[in-house]
Amino acid sequence: MVKINGRELNLAGNTLAAYLKTTDFDVKRIAVEKNGEIIPKTQYETTILQDGDCLEVVSFVGGG
Amino acid sequence: MQHKDPLIIGGHEFHSRFILGSGKYSMQLIESAIHDAGAEMITLAVRRANTKEQENILDYIPKGITLLPNTSGARTADEAVRIARLARELGCGNFVKVEIMRDSKYLLPDNRETIRATEILAKEGFVVMPYMYPDLNVARDLVQAGAATIMPLASPIDSNKGLATREFIQILIEEIDLPIIVDAGIGRPSQACEAMEMGAAAIMANTALATAGNLPLMASAFRQAIAAGRNAYLSGLGRVLTRGASASDPLTGFLRD
Repeated sequence: MVKINGRELNLAGNTLAAYLKTTDFDVKRIAVEKNGEIIPKTQYETTILQDGDCLEVVSFVGGG
Repeated sequence: MQHKDPLIIGGHEFHSRFILGSGKYSMQLIESAIHDAGAEMITLAVRRANTKEQENILDYIPKGITLLPNTSGARTADEAVRIARLARELGCGNFVKVEIMRDSKYLLPDNRETIRATEILAKEGFVVMPYMYPDLNVARDLVQAGAATIMPLASPIDSNKGLATREFIQILIEEIDLPIIVDAGIGRPSQACEAMEMGAAAIMANTALATAGNLPLMASAFRQAIAAGRNAYLSGLGRVLTRGASASDPLTGFLRD
């Protein structure tokens, strides 16, 4: 299983780009961290998700 | 005609001395808040993205406004560094407001961790604006660590209680060569004006506007108060008599024998 923003998903073997296409995330407005390392946008196509990976997908929100 | 009085942060020149927060109010109000505040810099937070949210706050911020992501949610320097890097990856510049809190009741910043995060992020090329509890020794350490400004709190975040730390902010203004930007707790335009009269370089406010009856009107009131306080500071305040009074009018030519 792959954990994305705290949710366990069965995504092992997919690329990060393929996963993002199945979501409503706006790729221009997000940043992705995998196992504590930032994945640059240029590597979304070549990043293959593996069991045990932990991803955070973040964006800007209002704050002070 | 106003004389040129730019605020320089990390090599960037600003003509507004009002940094606006974007929390706790509707995205639809952001553009008018920025406009009426005359702000050139707005803070943002980084959070887990929501696939159901179709709107993004960036769509509501006009071009040319500098984004100041904060590291809210960080409890340690390492967490703040992680959030700052993600913010930079979001592709909106290299400014960051470091805020690190271990205490969840008063939300007071952890000065020691803030120094550590500032040092790491400044080395990575960030323009680091650390939020801190006003302590002169810590401010000096932040200068050494590569901070671009120092952002002391006026009173606890969200409290609108004003300049509770007045004397200690004054010490920072006198002793530290970086811009001192008063952040957190400023609840009224008069308090912003007072901080500017003291020589603060700028004011950061969010809750004072977000909880006001009319947000754009309050943004405008802050803008005017900050400008008034700045002009008073640049002018040099009139002296205060230690006792008695002194006539403002001539002491000759009275209509009496």
